[in-house]
Amino acid sequence: MIPTVPQSGVLKWSYRAYVTLFFVYLALPLSVVCAFAFNDSVFPSLPWEGFTLDWFFGDEAPFIGVFHERSILRSIGTSAFVAVWVAGMAVSVGTCNAFLFVRHSFRGQGVLYILMLLPLIIPGVILGISILVFSSSVANTLEDATGLWFDGLRPGLILVILGQFSFITTFATLVISARLQKFDQSLEEAALNLGATKWGAVRQVTLPFLLPAILGAGVVSVLMSFENFNTTLMLVGSDSPLTITMFDKLKHGSTPVLNAVSLLLIVCSAILGLMSLLFQGRGSKG
Amino acid sequence: MPATPDLQCIELTKDFSDFRAVDQVSFDVPPGSFFSILGPSGCGKTTLLRMIAGFQFPTSGDLKIKGKSMIGVGPNKRPVSMVFQHLALFPMMNIGENVGFGLRQRGVNKTEIKQRVERVLDRVGLPGITERQVSQLSGGQKQRVAIARCMVLEPDVLLLDEPLGALDLKLREHMKIELKSLQSAFNTTFVYITHDQSEALVMSDKIAVMNKGRFDQIGTARELYYDPNSAFVAGFVGDANRFEGKITAVNGDAVTMVTDNGSHLKACTITERVTKGQHVQIFIRPEAIQLTLEAVADADEYTIESVLFNGANSLAILRDPATGDLLNVTLPQTGAFLGLGKGDRVYARWEPEQARCYPGEGR
Amino acid sequence: MTSDRSKLGFYLLLAPLLLWLVLLIILPHIGLFFVSISEKVGVREYETGLGNYAVFFNEPLYWRTFARTAIMSISTTALTLILGFPIAYYIAKMTRGRTKTTLFLMCLIPFWVSELVRTFGWMILLRETGIVSNALQYLGLTAGPVEFLYNDAAIMVGLVYTSILFMIVPLVTTLDSLDDSMIEAGYDLGGTGVSILREIIIPHAIPGIVSGCIVVFMLSLGNYLTPILLGGKDSLWFTGLIYTQFITRFNWELGSAFGFLLLALSSGIVFVGLKLSRQTLSETMGR
Repeated sequence: MIPTVPQSGVLKWSYRAYVTLFFVYLALPLSVVCAFAFNDSVFPSLPWEGFTLDWFFGDEAPFIGVFHERSILRSIGTSAFVAVWVAGMAVSVGTCNAFLFVRHSFRGQGVLYILMLLPLIIPGVILGISILVFSSSVANTLEDATGLWFDGLRPGLILVILGQFSFITTFATLVISARLQKFDQSLEEAALNLGATKWGAVRQVTLPFLLPAILGAGVVSVLMSFENFNTTLMLVGSDSPLTITMFDKLKHGSTPVLNAVSLLLIVCSAILGLMSLLFQGRGSKG
Repeated sequence: MPATPDLQCIELTKDFSDFRAVDQVSFDVPPGSFFSILGPSGCGKTTLLRMIAGFQFPTSGDLKIKGKSMIGVGPNKRPVSMVFQHLALFPMMNIGENVGFGLRQRGVNKTEIKQRVERVLDRVGLPGITERQVSQLSGGQKQRVAIARCMVLEPDVLLLDEPLGALDLKLREHMKIELKSLQSAFNTTFVYITHDQSEALVMSDKIAVMNKGRFDQIGTARELYYDPNSAFVAGFVGDANRFEGKITAVNGDAVTMVTDNGSHLKACTITERVTKGQHVQIFIRPEAIQLTLEAVADADEYTIESVLFNGANSLAILRDPATGDLLNVTLPQTGAFLGLGKGDRVYARWEPEQARCYPGEGR
Repeated sequence: MTSDRSKLGFYLLLAPLLLWLVLLIILPHIGLFFVSISEKVGVREYETGLGNYAVFFNEPLYWRTFARTAIMSISTTALTLILGFPIAYYIAKMTRGRTKTTLFLMCLIPFWVSELVRTFGWMILLRETGIVSNALQYLGLTAGPVEFLYNDAAIMVGLVYTSILFMIVPLVTTLDSLDDSMIEAGYDLGGTGVSILREIIIPHAIPGIVSGCIVVFMLSLGNYLTPILLGGKDSLWFTGLIYTQFITRFNWELGSAFGFLLLALSSGIVFVGLKLSRQTLSETMGR
């Protein structure tokens, strides 16, 4: 059925009702999470005890708000640290990969491309344990051989960063390659023709063209890193990122402080997400 | 008493939110004829065709096929089939499945479908291609498959939405002839819309010229060409020299007009009387102008601006040395005219009846 | 000279890719495989053998959990397809311009938010003291509180919610590319809604359906959060077993074997899906 073909009213309306119902289904969990961030009760559930902002600003037990809850603040810091590193590395490697796959043709390119896509179809938990197993055995071997400690290869932030980087790079590569493919190579040739050096042409013509995609990929990487759970769970050490901290609190029952964190996360992710679309939207016009 | 028309539109109107696409259009298409709707893009011809097919619903008016009103009848229940602009052959099916699609919808049994599909592909001159994929066919073959896919359903009316638009020139010329012969072979009513006047002129029994949602004129190709009843038809169908100016003298049908540059031209009025001083346009076909090398009675003197050689369709562009007005004239490819070139002096005249005068401003 | 320099450039570009793939993807998986085929015989003493895999097949809890995870992931995928297709079709074909962008954005926003937050929302809704239970009591449909959490239906609801976007996006993309005139031609030739869906729309949407199904299946199979939080401690999800072996029991050899089995299952299903629909991985994933 399409709008130009007449349909019975009943069918049309039930279709619309289904679509509406679907969007209610989409919005419902997030709305209740947000709503209960303002409930003046120590449980994130009914009954509604009245409106409060204590879960954001409160500093007296049991009403300790987000901005006074040490463990949550620290884990937000940890998550941000991880996200910045992951995004930076993923975007740099992704840009190199894009140039490699779009501009060069070489033997084994097809195989490498498939390998590059693999992280998309490897479950995150497996990615996590494989890196855990590998780095531990490398650490064991090195420690046996040298007698030194290699803490960087034990569960901890370095492994979390590497683990997230290992699959987020694929997304960054795909986003940046898509943009590079649209680049009209004669622009670069024109720059060379006007006397620019090879690197100068790339820096002054190609990279500015890629910038929207690079920024977009960066934002997406930050988002993915912030919300990653499966891979991180297997590699985390004593400093836990936000999702892990929240998961621990959730398992043991929690106060609406989690709702308050979630509300902040929802707002931030929506803003970041819209930003990435904006970058890419501007890119497609430019 | 003529037979019931295959297709009948009665004051058919379609309003969109901000404009009227089709404005009180009425016409009949007799059985077995080739009817074209000719008009520039945006004139409402596609909307009209889609209303006939059932993809758009008229705001008012009635639409009858074989005497039965089609208002409220869905596109899948109408005895019309449509050849889409880009043909809309289903890429997920092979040729046999494409052509058999409509029969499958009707629940015809498999062996009969197979026979009928083969028969219709035979008739369009493509036997034995049922197993092929759409992508393996040439442009012309796709056209014929699209027609076969409709004809296998034996529709009362076949609608064609500029199906030749995507073809290259040579193939288009060829397909014009082929479409016409397919139509007479199937003896089905074709309703064909196009913006290409030569497609319409060559193939049609009757042509409706559509402009801004209305039919300006319905007639045979000959009538439209030699007897256009409006300035729009005169300008749109066939080539013509167009001049704008003011009437200086009226004598029955015969009038004299002066252009803004000062050329005096003789013409005759067709539809409406005009008065002295009125703004008018006149149209003169390039082939209606007689060219001579020597001065003759009431011929004006011109110099040749350029010669556009195109075999039998060669044109000379003449300039009136006094006023600078330009005139396109068919250049006979015979004897004395062969050697003409830029700057040569010639004389041109035409019968006033061949120059048609319509009141009103230009486009 | 130039060719030497451009060769150098090429290797400089190749280096990060190779480092990433070899050090973080290929070697770890090879390592995982070797650990999975080594059996602990003493303190830091190992023997090569298939003992870990034998444990898996001999212990009904393990292979039943495995089968259960696979079956529930397949059902989730099917359910997501059935629920998501009409939505994707509505966005792609029934709306235009601004409405289309808005609806699409409304689909996207929940998925920028952490899965943890989404699951948390479902816990608030479904638990005994939750919204649904209270609403039912308020409406007089049930006498007392009802626990909707900690059962398979709750897991399915959460999994479908978590992955439906990954079904909708590829479906919208492929359905968008279906020319309206194909559907119109179907009607014109006498087709009904059902026959056009079956013969024209679905065959056209197959690439989108396949890539959506693959991603959703992968996400469900590898999910840990949703089954644990919505299904409770005994939710018996295979990733939960892997976590237990690695983190709680510290039996990495068995855990690696489990991991490898999960990897084999997911790759196998992806492979079969691609073969059945005659797609390639690059076409399906590298959008």
